[in-house]
Amino acid sequence: MLEETVPLSHYLMLSATLFVIGVAGVLIRRNVIVVFMSIEIMLNAVNISLISFDHYMNLSNGQIFSFMVMCVAAAEVSVGLAIIIAMHRNKPTVNLDDFNLLKW
Amino acid sequence: MLLKLTCLIPLYPLIGSIINGFFGLKIGKKAVGFIACGSMILSFLTSVLVYVGYLMLPEGQHVYEQVAWTWFGAGDFIVDFGFQIDPLTLVMMFVVTGVGSIIHVYAVGYMQEEFSYYRFFAYFNLFASAMLLLVMGNNFLLMFIGWEGVGCCSYFLIGYYFEKKSACDAGTKAFVVNRVGDFAFLLAVMYIFNVFGTIDFTDVMHAAPEKLIYGGEIVTIITMLLFVGATGKSAQIPLYTWLPDAMEGPTPVSALIHAATMVTAGVYMVVRCSVLFNLSPMTMTVVAFIGGGTAVMAATIGMTQFDIKRVLAYSTVSQIGYMFLACGVGAYTAAIFHLVTHAFFKACLFLGSGSVIHGIHGEQDMRKMGGLKKHMPVTYWTFVVSTLAIAGIFPLSGFFSKDEVLYHSLMDGNIIFWGMGVSAALLTAFYMFRLVFMTFHGESRVDPSVHPHESPKVMTMPLVILAGLATVGGLLGIPFHHWWHMHILHSWLEPVLHFDLASALQHSEHMLHQAGQHAPSWTHLLEPTEHQWWTELLLMCFSLAVAVVGIFGAYMFYIKRPDLPDKFTEGQWGLDMVQNKYYVDELYDDAFVQPTIEGSKLLWKECDAKAIDGTVNGTAKIIGWCSRQAQTLQSGFVRNYALFIVVGFISLLLVMF
Repeated sequence: MLEETVPLSHYLMLSATLFVIGVAGVLIRRNVIVVFMSIEIMLNAVNISLISFDHYMNLSNGQIFSFMVMCVAAAEVSVGLAIIIAMHRNKPTVNLDDFNLLKW
Repeated sequence: MLLKLTCLIPLYPLIGSIINGFFGLKIGKKAVGFIACGSMILSFLTSVLVYVGYLMLPEGQHVYEQVAWTWFGAGDFIVDFGFQIDPLTLVMMFVVTGVGSIIHVYAVGYMQEEFSYYRFFAYFNLFASAMLLLVMGNNFLLMFIGWEGVGCCSYFLIGYYFEKKSACDAGTKAFVVNRVGDFAFLLAVMYIFNVFGTIDFTDVMHAAPEKLIYGGEIVTIITMLLFVGATGKSAQIPLYTWLPDAMEGPTPVSALIHAATMVTAGVYMVVRCSVLFNLSPMTMTVVAFIGGGTAVMAATIGMTQFDIKRVLAYSTVSQIGYMFLACGVGAYTAAIFHLVTHAFFKACLFLGSGSVIHGIHGEQDMRKMGGLKKHMPVTYWTFVVSTLAIAGIFPLSGFFSKDEVLYHSLMDGNIIFWGMGVSAALLTAFYMFRLVFMTFHGESRVDPSVHPHESPKVMTMPLVILAGLATVGGLLGIPFHHWWHMHILHSWLEPVLHFDLASALQHSEHMLHQAGQHAPSWTHLLEPTEHQWWTELLLMCFSLAVAVVGIFGAYMFYIKRPDLPDKFTEGQWGLDMVQNKYYVDELYDDAFVQPTIEGSKLLWKECDAKAIDGTVNGTAKIIGWCSRQAQTLQSGFVRNYALFIVVGFISLLLVMF
């Protein structure tokens, strides 16, 4: 049923749109938390495309891979948030552009 | 077998040098002196054992070779680290270890007050080791190692008082001037290898008469290059200027290195290659002329110097000139004979002058000496004996050796060579007695605050021994050997110097014929020279008379009428020139040293500072500029980097699809 009503391209479009939103968020926003959220959006966009391919090709690899991505994302969140907290302790701001010391 | 001990002879001084050099400061002066002298004396005793072993060799075998190891080899070219014992080497070994031991003992006393006593003895022993390597090596390359080694030690020891600028300069001068000769020597060795395919003495000397054409270009070039090498080491025209300056070193150094051994290395080398030299009459003439010319010229300079050691230095140059004169007329035995006796009396003279300098606290100017006879009797008498020997007074050693040189220069050479020799003999007698009279006789001109004193026993004993040797050394070569065969040295060296001219000429003729050329007539060369004992006797009387005239002249000038020298020389333009050593130093300075300095400055300022530094610094500058442009990319903004990632990814996609 489902495969007749919603074709694969739609899922992929959704995935691509989400991904671009994520990229745009990373590039445009200055708030560290928002940038972080944007990265999560990108990861999930990839997850969508993995699951949908998996579904349309009757495989299970993609599902396993998406679990993998989730695990990585969870780990990343814990490390990333810890970094953000450490940064915040150093400098009471969440504006990314204020952290530009690491250069030549 | 006793000959197996050969390789120990140069090893002992080397070990002594290593111990003194590395641990000298810790073990104290006494131990340093003991090790230095001990190693030399051990070396001397081993030489005696080797000599005994050599005498026991079977009849007909004249050379003993001991190969320690193969030094290096490439294809057919194999160089052994080997020693060779033959009559000539034995003579040189005894001179080096014998006279060397005596001078080492003397140096223990002379250098007692020095702080870096151990450094002196480390170099001194190293020198002895290198010198032994030079005379004992069985091939040209090993000889060259010794040759360079002695030059290096000479440099170290001339510059021993390195706080003194003049000493450093003298060391540098000796080193650089020697390099000129060394380079020629090395070229000669290469050429010899090119021609013979080997650099082993025995092989080369054996093959030479068969491979080289008598008077041909190849042998002339080889021997000329060898001789240029000899002029550097043995201080002959045109490379003699370093030796007088080398007197900046301590006196034992002057005695051992710059009188008895190292400077005679050139003579040794020429005699060692006598076969080659015999094949080139042109080189022989050059050798004789240079030798005779040096003998006369150095003697004239010696007459006008006031530094006691410089007079002796010019005397050394002059006496080595004699040796080359002898080589040049083919009288190699006479050259070696004079080398040996010269080592005795000149070492004694140098050590005596050292004793004088020691006794009046470092004064070297003869104008500030005089009347020292009563203060230093032992030094005085040994000095007089050696002076009589060098002047050629019967029956001291110098008389016999000098006379043999003069006799051969007339009989085998011509009247010009003989004239040079006789005038040098006259001048020698004059300036040596001038030295004695100015130093030991007459009024004392010593600084009143200085109290002259005789040197300690450790210094006077070597003087006595050397004076004794200078007296009896003549027994080695009783003249008239053509009739009574009493000339020990002549029969001893015969196997080394043996040269069959007739067969060599035959080979040359054969080779020339094969090349389609016509051989010149050589028959006159094979006519035997007539030796008449009365000629020899007459010449002896003549040279004795010449020596007496020289001594009498010195007596008139410096004892009887001390005002004469000033009167005689007043207004003489020639004297000024001689006193300034014919301005040769100035000439070399203008001709070679200054152009080199100017050229170097030009290269430094134009080539080095501008071209090379410009290229190097320019490259660095360009890279620096590029980096500064590129560093703006690293802004420190995380979002910027993210943008780069995205841009990069997109462009990658575009490229791929």
